[in-house]
Order: sequence, then structure tokens, then C-alpha cells
Amino acid sequence: MTQQVATPAIDVHGLEKRFNGKTVVQDLTLQVPHGRIYGFLGPNGSGKTTTIRMLCGLLTPDAGTGTCLGLDIVKEAARIKRQVGYMTQRFSLYEDLSIRENLEFVGRVYGMDDLKRRVGHALERLDLVSRQHQLAGQLSGGWKQRLALASCLLHEPRLLLLDEPTAGVDPMARREFWDEIHRLAAEGLTVLVSTHYMDEAERCHAIAYIAYGRLMAKGTVDEVIGRSGLVTWTVIGSGLDRIARALAEDSRVVTVAAFGTTLHVSGTDRDALAAALAPLRADPSLRLEPGEATLEDVFILLMRQSRAELRAA
Amino acid sequence: MGRFSVSRWFAVLIKEFVQMRRDRLTFGMMIGIPVIQLALFGFAINSDPKALPTAVRAADSSVYARSLVSALGNSGYFRIVREAASEAEVERLLQAGEVQFALTIPAGFARDILRGQRPAILVEADATDPAATSNALAALQVVARTAFDRDLTGPALALRAHPDPVELRVHRRYNPEGISQYNVVPGLMGVILTMTMVMMTALAVTRERERGTMEALLAMPVRPGEVMLGKIVPYIFVGYVQVVLILLAAHHVFGVPMVGSLLLLSLMLILFMAANLAVGFTFSTIAKNQLQAMQMSFFFFLPSILLSGFMFPFRGMPDWAQAIGEVLPLTHFLRIVRGIMLKGSGWTEIEREVWALAAFLIAATVVALKRYRQTLD
Ligand SMILES: Nc1ncnc2c1ncn2[C@@H]1O[C@H](COP(=O)(O)OP(=O)(O)OP(=O)(O)O)[C@@H](O)[C@H]1O
Ligand SMILES: [Mg+2]
Repeated sequence: MTQQVATPAIDVHGLEKRFNGKTVVQDLTLQVPHGRIYGFLGPNGSGKTTTIRMLCGLLTPDAGTGTCLGLDIVKEAARIKRQVGYMTQRFSLYEDLSIRENLEFVGRVYGMDDLKRRVGHALERLDLVSRQHQLAGQLSGGWKQRLALASCLLHEPRLLLLDEPTAGVDPMARREFWDEIHRLAAEGLTVLVSTHYMDEAERCHAIAYIAYGRLMAKGTVDEVIGRSGLVTWTVIGSGLDRIARALAEDSRVVTVAAFGTTLHVSGTDRDALAAALAPLRADPSLRLEPGEATLEDVFILLMRQSRAELRAA
Repeated sequence: MGRFSVSRWFAVLIKEFVQMRRDRLTFGMMIGIPVIQLALFGFAINSDPKALPTAVRAADSSVYARSLVSALGNSGYFRIVREAASEAEVERLLQAGEVQFALTIPAGFARDILRGQRPAILVEADATDPAATSNALAALQVVARTAFDRDLTGPALALRAHPDPVELRVHRRYNPEGISQYNVVPGLMGVILTMTMVMMTALAVTRERERGTMEALLAMPVRPGEVMLGKIVPYIFVGYVQVVLILLAAHHVFGVPMVGSLLLLSLMLILFMAANLAVGFTFSTIAKNQLQAMQMSFFFFLPSILLSGFMFPFRGMPDWAQAIGEVLPLTHFLRIVRGIMLKGSGWTEIEREVWALAAFLIAATVVALKRYRQTLD
């Protein structure tokens, strides 16, 4: 136990995974302390699911070492599985079992005592008591997600690996879901959660951004934004669509995003960006204000950088 | 929308061809199965079995006895494999299925022939499968009439004129009336079990993979052996329900006797079902989808039904086909179930088949467990 407190809940070094000669995760080093909520972000196909699978022993890394809860991810995968709750990206409960039967199955596999009470408790928390005998396959997409989360929490894991747990979940349920995650983390549970939502990233204690299999940034949201060195201006006025199209072609500008009556422009070089925006200052119908870079801007920058590096390599 | 559109039809057509081409295994099976069927039906199957193993117990060593034995061999239908020393040995050889026929030549055979007394030769045939023995028994009549032609010369020549110098007493053992249901109905039990057991397990695991539930299952702390047994045992129950149905029908509808021990049969059923389930489990570790699993089951079923001795007499097949047949669990189970039900065989008579089944079960289980992946790699 003492060793597990000293080492981070997740501690992996130089993880690598290849499929048919194609490297999909490369030199991935990650530490997640106990009781933390760690966001895992990155574009589609960047290797998030693959990394999570390596962490819980479902895939064997081609290189690298590491521990989960102090247990070796290759040699002690069986013991890791007992203490980890893994929620898959694709719904993987039995559609032809009822909600209750699914939960009971999971409970029995983990050899839990007091099964009836625990399942009952989980159903109450999910607010699914009245529908417990309905087949899981008949649930709507969002409810399936919620059931899947309940089932991977049933055995009281010490580490949660959630792969896009809120995809297709309504805002209210998403809010409840994150409240629940924070409550669990406060009790000492460690959570690694992959997501494509920026607001969810902001609710994490720390995030890691992965693109094309390589970790591009990690730290708190503010750290990641700060370290990116992005400078942002907001343009307010009319005729913004035309301006946005012109700016997007400009190599001094990294991102341009239109939000109704405002335009969000960012770049890495303060002076170059100012020069690019100079012609707009002359237009009396437009107003320029210094803005703040968002996580989204940073991610677009990181994605471009990694793509450029990949091409250079 | 209402009219048939060639371009839309073409869109579906192309998609189907692309999907067909992508599923290599299915494509291979579609070509492979007819080839195998041709080979099996064309070369392996022979409804006129020859060279059937025969034991001879001769209490007379005269030239006449020897002529009879060599004439048997020359007929092509009989292959003398044993000289039995006693009645008990004859009984044992037949019961264990080591020989198809046993001939007993009485003492004073030569003397009785020369006296024109038409000595009686006892021919015992294992008639559990009437199809396997009928042609041979017909040939035997000719053999008995002509075997002594060369020996009966000089003063004995007159004896040739008599239609038959010897009397043939044919005992069709275990199935005296030659009822084919006696053979088919117990065999059907094995065939039905093979089909359901292999296919059900092959599908049960493949289904998990196809529906994506495998990933969650693998992420849970459940061991391969636990998954395997958990998936197999329910089908053993299903198998027993099938067996009860078939046994009831065998007894009440077809009047098939049950000479041996029901308990022994039940135990053998477990072994046989387990062997087939292990095959199904192995298939499920190879198949990528349920269609492939179905096809692999069929791939296994085809030789099982054709080469096991269920449809066609085992001893009528060429050696290579018999060698394949010997590997299949159904072959051994058929011998066991026919032995127990029709011949009243006990442990000693079926022991060899039991070991063969057990060896198959162990091999299939090892392959299944070796192939079962605890990861998604
Ligand atoms: N079993 C597999 N065989 C071959 N390639 C694979 C396999 N699994 C994943 N990949 C490839 O690995 C890369 C990373 O996939 P992964 O599923 O980890 O991405 P992801 O970050 O989870 O994407 P998403 O956000 O879309 O879920 C992809 O290019 C994918 O095509
Ligand atoms: Mg993914």
C-alpha cells in the first residue's frame, strides 16, 4: 500500500504501439497522481483509445514500461483489471440482457458480496429502478452511456479509465456526470478521461494533448494555454465573413474563428499578428480588442505543429 | 423512387462484391466446400465395402479348411486378420468391433465334407450397420459353393454336384433383422450433437467480438478457462435435452434396443459433447464474425457426417479417408454409442474409443486455450 501511495496512480514511460508496422502511439510518458481527474484530448485517430487499452492490459505495448496503481501494466495486467473500471468508447454491455442483469453480471465477475444491495444502489443512483427489467439494447444512446458508467463503478475501482464517456449525452446529464466524477475524485479515485469537449477539459485537474500518437502538451489548462505563446485578438463589427476568409490565408495567423458578431484571431508572434491585423484598424466599422486564447486555439496550433513535424520527419 | 433504377441496383451490387472479396475466409469456403464435397463423395465413399476384417476359428486344419480360408480372402470381401482360439475370443473381437465377421469351422470338417454330410460353418456378422455386411454375406454364398472345387477330385468329384458341400449358418449379430434404424438412430444422436455443439459455441464467442462486448469482458478479471467453461456448460445441458429426445424416439418410435448401460452412455456423452464444444471454441477464436463461425462449423460437420461411418460404412472407405475419419470425434462416438446400445458393450470393449475421444478433447482444449487472447492485440 505504501508503495502505491508514493507512486502516481498512472506512471508510464516511453509507451509505443504499432499496428501492422504503423506507429499509432509513440514514446508516450504520462504521470497521473492519485485522486486526480486527468483529461486526455486529441484529434480522431490520435491514439487515445489505444493508450487507454495499453494502460488496462488490453493491448501489449511494443515498447516502454509503466505501472498502474503500482502494478506493472504488462506482467500484472490481471491484478490491474480487478482495481480498474474501464468504460469503452463503443457500448459494450450486453444488449440482450436487462439493465439489472448486466449490472449483476459485472458484480459477479468481480466476486462482489452483497450483490443485490449494490446493484439496487447503483440503479437508484442512475434513477433506473423503474426500468431495471428493460433490455439494455433498448436504451437511448445517452442512457446507455450512463449505464456503462454505473457498471464500471460497481466494483469500486481505484482508477477509472473513461473513453469518451459523454459522447451523445445531454448537457444536464453531462453536468451530473462531471459532478459525480468530482465527488469520486474527492474520495481518492483517480480518473483518466478522454474527451473532445473543451468545457470538459476545463473541468479536469490536468490535461494531456496527443496528436498523431505523440504527446504534444500536458499540464493544467492555464499552463497549456500559457505555454503555447498564443496571442489573441477579438474583432467586432460587420462583414466579418469576408475578413475571416482573408485572414485564414495569412500565414501569420494561426486560427480564425467566427462567433456571430465577433471574430477570434490568434497567432504565435505578437508583432506579426499585429501587422496582419493593421489594415483592419483603419476600418471605422470594426473594433479590435485584445482577447484570450482558448484551449481550442491551442489544440489547433498543436495539431498543425505536429502535422508539420510529421511531414518534416 | 418508384421505378427500378439500374444505377441504384448497381450501387448495391458493387457493394456486395466488395464485401464478398474482403471476407477472404468466406470466399475460400465457398470455393473449398464444393471441392471437399467432390473429393469425399467422389473418392472416399464406397457403398460396397471390401476387405472387411474377419476372424477365423478353425477346429480343423485340413486342406478343406485352408481352401475355404483362402477362398474367403480371394473373394475380396474378407480380410483374415485373426486366428481366434476360442469362442470367447470370437465374442470379444466382435463386441469390440475389431472384426466384422467371425467364421467358426467345426471339428471333423474334412471328414464331414467327404462323407457328404454338409458340415455347418458358423458365420457371425457384426450387423449393427446392415449396409456394411450385406454384399459380403452374398459373396460368402458363392465362396462356400466353389471353395472346394479344386480339392474335390477323383472319387470325391461326385460331391461337387451337390449344390452346397457345406452349410452356412449366418448369425447377424446385434441386429438380426438388419433394420437400418438400429444403426441410424443412435448415430443420429452423434450427428445432431456435433452440429449443435460446434456451432453454438463457435457463435457464442464470436458474437461477443462482433457486438463489441468482448472488450469489456477482457477488461474484467475473468480468466480464459472461466470464460470457456462458462460458455460450454450451458450447451452441455442443451445437448442432454437433445439426447433425451432422441433416446425416447429411438425407444418408442423406432424400437431401437438399449442393451447396454445408460449410465455409461451418459458419461460418454459428456466426453463427446466436451470434445465438440472445444472444437467450437477453437473456431470462435479464429473466426472474425458469426458468418465465418458458421462456415467453419459446416466445414467440420461435412467430413464428420461423411467419413465417420454414419452415412457410409467406415470400412468401405480408402485408407486416407479412414485416417481422417479416425481423427474425428464422431467416428469414435458412433462406435461407442452403437456398442453400448446394440451390443451391450461395457468399458473394456469401448476403452480404445474412449481414449481416442479423450485425446481429441485434450488437444482441442489446448489449442482453444492457446488461441484465446486475453488482449485485443
Ligand atoms: N486494431 C487495430 N488495428 C489497426 N489499426 C488500429 C487498430 N486500433 C486502432 N488502430 C489505429 O490506431 C490509430 C489510433 O486509434 P485510436 O482508436 O487509439 O484513436 P483515438 O484517439 O481513440 O480516436 P477517436 O477520438 O476517434 O476515438 C488509428 O489510426 C487507428 O486506425
Ligand atoms: Mg477512441
